[in-house]
Amino acid sequence: MVYARLILLRLFKAAIVLLMIIIFNFLLIQLAPGDPAAIMAGEAGAADEAFIAQLRERFGLDQPLYVQLWKYVSGILSLDFGYSYRQQMPVLDLILDRLPATLLLTGTAFVLSLVLGIVAGSMAAMRARKPSGSVIMALALLFYATPLFWVALMAVVLFSVYLDWLPAYGMFTVGANLQGLDLVLDIALHLILPATTLGLFFMAVYTRMTRTSMLEAAQQDYVKTARAKGLAPGVIQRRHILRNALLPIITLAGLQAGQMVGGAILTETVFAWPGIGRLMHEALVQRDYNLLLGVFFFSAAMVILFNIITDLIYRIADPRIKEASA
Amino acid sequence: MSFFARFARNRGALFGLIILWVIIGMAILAPIVFPESPWRMVQRPFLPPFAVDGMWLGTDTMGRNVAAGLMHGAWVSLLIGLISTSVALLIGVPLGAIAGYYGGWLDDALMRFTEFFQTIPNFALAIVLVAVMQPSVTSIVLAIALVSWPPVARLVRAEFMSLRHREYVEAARLIGQTNTQIILRQILPNTLSPIIVLASLMVATAILLESSLSFLGLGDPNAMSWGYMIGAARTVIRQAWWLSFIPGVAILLTVLALNLVGEGLDDALNPKLARERH
Amino acid sequence: MSDALLSINGLTVALPDGADREYAVEDLSYEVHPGEILCVVGESGSGKSMAANTVMGLLPRGVRPVAGEVWFCEHNLLELDERQHRALRGKDIGMIFQEPMTALNPLMRVGDQIAEVFEAHRALNNRAERQARALELLTEVGIPQPERAIRAYPFELSGGQRQRVMIAMALALEPQLLIADEPTTALDVTTQAQILELIRDLQHRRQMAVMFITHDFGVVAEIATRVCVMRHGKVVELGSRDEVLDNPRHPYTRDLLEAIPSDAAPPQRKALPPSPLLEVSHLNRVFRSRGGLFKPAREVRALQDVSFTLSRGETIGIVGESGSGKSTLGRCIVRLERPDSGEIILDGVPLSALSGDVLRLERHRVQMVFQDPYASLNPRTRVGMAIAQGPIANGTPRAQALAMADELLATVGLEGTADRFPHEFSGGQRQRIGIARALALKPELIVADEAVSALDVSIQAQMLELLEDLKQRFSLSLLFITHDLRVAAQICDRIIVMQKGRIVEQGYAQDVFVDPQQDYTRQLLDAIPGRRHDHHHEATAIT
Repeated sequence: MVYARLILLRLFKAAIVLLMIIIFNFLLIQLAPGDPAAIMAGEAGAADEAFIAQLRERFGLDQPLYVQLWKYVSGILSLDFGYSYRQQMPVLDLILDRLPATLLLTGTAFVLSLVLGIVAGSMAAMRARKPSGSVIMALALLFYATPLFWVALMAVVLFSVYLDWLPAYGMFTVGANLQGLDLVLDIALHLILPATTLGLFFMAVYTRMTRTSMLEAAQQDYVKTARAKGLAPGVIQRRHILRNALLPIITLAGLQAGQMVGGAILTETVFAWPGIGRLMHEALVQRDYNLLLGVFFFSAAMVILFNIITDLIYRIADPRIKEASA
Repeated sequence: MSFFARFARNRGALFGLIILWVIIGMAILAPIVFPESPWRMVQRPFLPPFAVDGMWLGTDTMGRNVAAGLMHGAWVSLLIGLISTSVALLIGVPLGAIAGYYGGWLDDALMRFTEFFQTIPNFALAIVLVAVMQPSVTSIVLAIALVSWPPVARLVRAEFMSLRHREYVEAARLIGQTNTQIILRQILPNTLSPIIVLASLMVATAILLESSLSFLGLGDPNAMSWGYMIGAARTVIRQAWWLSFIPGVAILLTVLALNLVGEGLDDALNPKLARERH
Repeated sequence: MSDALLSINGLTVALPDGADREYAVEDLSYEVHPGEILCVVGESGSGKSMAANTVMGLLPRGVRPVAGEVWFCEHNLLELDERQHRALRGKDIGMIFQEPMTALNPLMRVGDQIAEVFEAHRALNNRAERQARALELLTEVGIPQPERAIRAYPFELSGGQRQRVMIAMALALEPQLLIADEPTTALDVTTQAQILELIRDLQHRRQMAVMFITHDFGVVAEIATRVCVMRHGKVVELGSRDEVLDNPRHPYTRDLLEAIPSDAAPPQRKALPPSPLLEVSHLNRVFRSRGGLFKPAREVRALQDVSFTLSRGETIGIVGESGSGKSTLGRCIVRLERPDSGEIILDGVPLSALSGDVLRLERHRVQMVFQDPYASLNPRTRVGMAIAQGPIANGTPRAQALAMADELLATVGLEGTADRFPHEFSGGQRQRIGIARALALKPELIVADEAVSALDVSIQAQMLELLEDLKQRFSLSLLFITHDLRVAAQICDRIIVMQKGRIVEQGYAQDVFVDPQQDYTRQLLDAIPGRRHDHHHEATAIT
């Protein structure tokens, strides 16, 4: 009951945010230099006059701004994201076609980075005064400072070009026509490099955060109480320090989801991963703004979804909130 | 202990400071060492490093001098990093201060606004902004600033909220200081250290963002930047991996240095916390 | 004495480099015997907790014993390795701490936290047995509805209840020694009295030894068998409770005892001619926690129909426990808080009705002295400037205001320190600066909100003297907010007792103190530790 109400509340908030993004998109088109219709159709000259005229008609570009806004918003609310002139397909179809690949990539990278980051971070916290702890933190800092797209390129050079261990491009072997388990394995093999390079940066973020959070939790009075009970250090670390330290990390993970979607744009571009990130890059190159804004809208929606999930996890993990909202 | 002594006690920070000075030096000396445009083709393309005298780092796909690009790129990276961070501070600090100090509906409204910006995927927003405004140093700076102010606002707000009920702030109200005086003289000076630390980390993030944008082809077409160099060499990575490798190392070192300096500043400005951490 | 349970001989504990002194405790020796309560008393920084932490093996990092022996049963605790020491903790030695609010893991149920003790020492084999024993313990420490409490999370319990949980946990395996480190300091007086009663009772029933660390001689009088007085890391006096309290030999102990606000009835003060300065009538203030879309709002009635009058030159004490609304009342009067309804009239000016710049310009009439000397001064402002800022904001030229600040600093006994920053001063000195800042605006009324409760007793006494003296010299009126009836009785002409936002009793200090009219006031007075010391004296003599 409590959860149903909570989810309802979060969905309500999400709807408002999405509505604001639609308005924001509309304003962007208005503020951009040049004719809005030409912008929506792609760079001037690319689309034919008939198409542009059709756009003018549809969005009422000769009418007052609020009418245009209304037409734009109601269009998107009825799931009409427009037509990509360049790709000759409705924007929505293009995006839905690519969405699963992105969800697979970001989901894998998210879980991978969170699990490994928390493990590495707690190891670093427990070894805070030992060289091994410093090594973990130095590595984390290194990955934190490395440009994601560059790691991706270097991974291609090392693992595909020189070592020839892993495929560098695409989501599956083209022309192999694999089925069933073979296809799954093939995709998994293709997923390794993109998911790892995308995950590395976030793993560094979680490692640093986990360590700080654990060192902070270790200073709390209840840890002294636990020691006074005669508990073994391992039990104190797990049951008292780590459990409390994880709470802020859940919050952070939700906030990082947005960055993860942004990172996917770069990773997908480098690895030619057929997701919405690569679609965004294609839209950029072809100056297909309608598609660009559509992808932007969907990436924001994905972030909101991640946020709702982490928020629910937080509420399960922290008894204090459950009580307060009951 | 003096500020610098506390800073220098963190070896990593000292190391970061040295790298940072080298990169600043590169940026300043670029127009002197390579007075000509880094876009100019000077030699055969695809010269590997040290193959020809005077071309220590070789040439790129178009025969441009990689070393010249690297030094001019340092200037662009640092410039965009610094300016966009300053703009982000100009947005975030007042917003956070007002929200945190006054609270109530004003805080609610400002925080909803901030949350909105925080929910939108950063990098995607930056891409859309630069693409629609057309790539230029100005649009890049604006886009980076627009996506990076929310953490500033949140930090400043949190600091203001914890300080506004501090007894010395209440005392200032009682002795008749105005809200402006209290914000500027009593609270703001006590929030400076975390803001400085955050700012140094933001410069690093801004440089990463700028290089990512340039990598995707959204850099200022007139400014040679490290991200552009990597992006341009991407298609030839099988033949000339070093063309992508070298500017990447430059970005890595700059961002690393800024992070190390930020940590050092944190230690030096918050000596009590630092002692617990090390 | 060979029957000692715990015997500390010549213990010296070194502090890390850069601390303000070399040793936390030096050449410390005392014993704790089975069946006794040894109170270790000292002011902050006396090193009174160090020996306890050494016994537990819970010294902070960098702090280490460098000389001496600590014998517990047959073990020299200083020679045990961590594993052996851990086996003793929680089993043979239990410990409870000062802050019940933070001492329990917020994410674990109370029952599980108690059961952990059995688990750690492999005492009971299955979960059901552990839970059953935890329930027995919770019942024994007197938690209401133990069946529910065992499933509760710490945030669902009050401070006193949490401290009971801590005690249950410390006593789970019937240790021979219980170490209690200021266990009642963070609690209200009435709760404090209950917890002290509980500890005394459990100690008596189980015949265990207790090492009780405190700064409060009232608590000592209440609970101690023997007393060990510490100062600057050394023992200055050690003896039975009655020896130490009735015949202190060391001058420091004598000073400390004298500084304690006495229980003796305050002198009858002459009634002042009724010339009202402050009239408070029918004040109400409700705090509402904002509810969300689906969350009901909660209400706390902090002030309910509060009315009183303060005469010119008078000192009124407002006494109550936390949550009584006493601080809200003070904050409404200085207008840091706005009352929902009612009037506050100061010398004809309706303070409660003002706002904005009009209020700002009237603020100088009422000033406040705050509780926490460490939070009440801006760390980045020189103290001279901190004092001068008030007059400057009210239009005095800067130079003149700074000169005035110099004078005021001299008045409070800190001559020539205007150029220093707050961190260069001690807590008591900072409180003096706070007073000087309040005086700088030549106020008619000063509200002192728990202004001495964060200070050590010896400093507390000096501060009260200073306030009394300044009150005469500057012909001030004083509103003295405190949780401590003894302190109030010492310097107040009249006393107002508050409970749950209402005034339950008001009258002349002597009348309230000697002949309280209301049950609640009587409870408060009875709960003051040490007040019944003389009666106890007789009781112990008989048994």
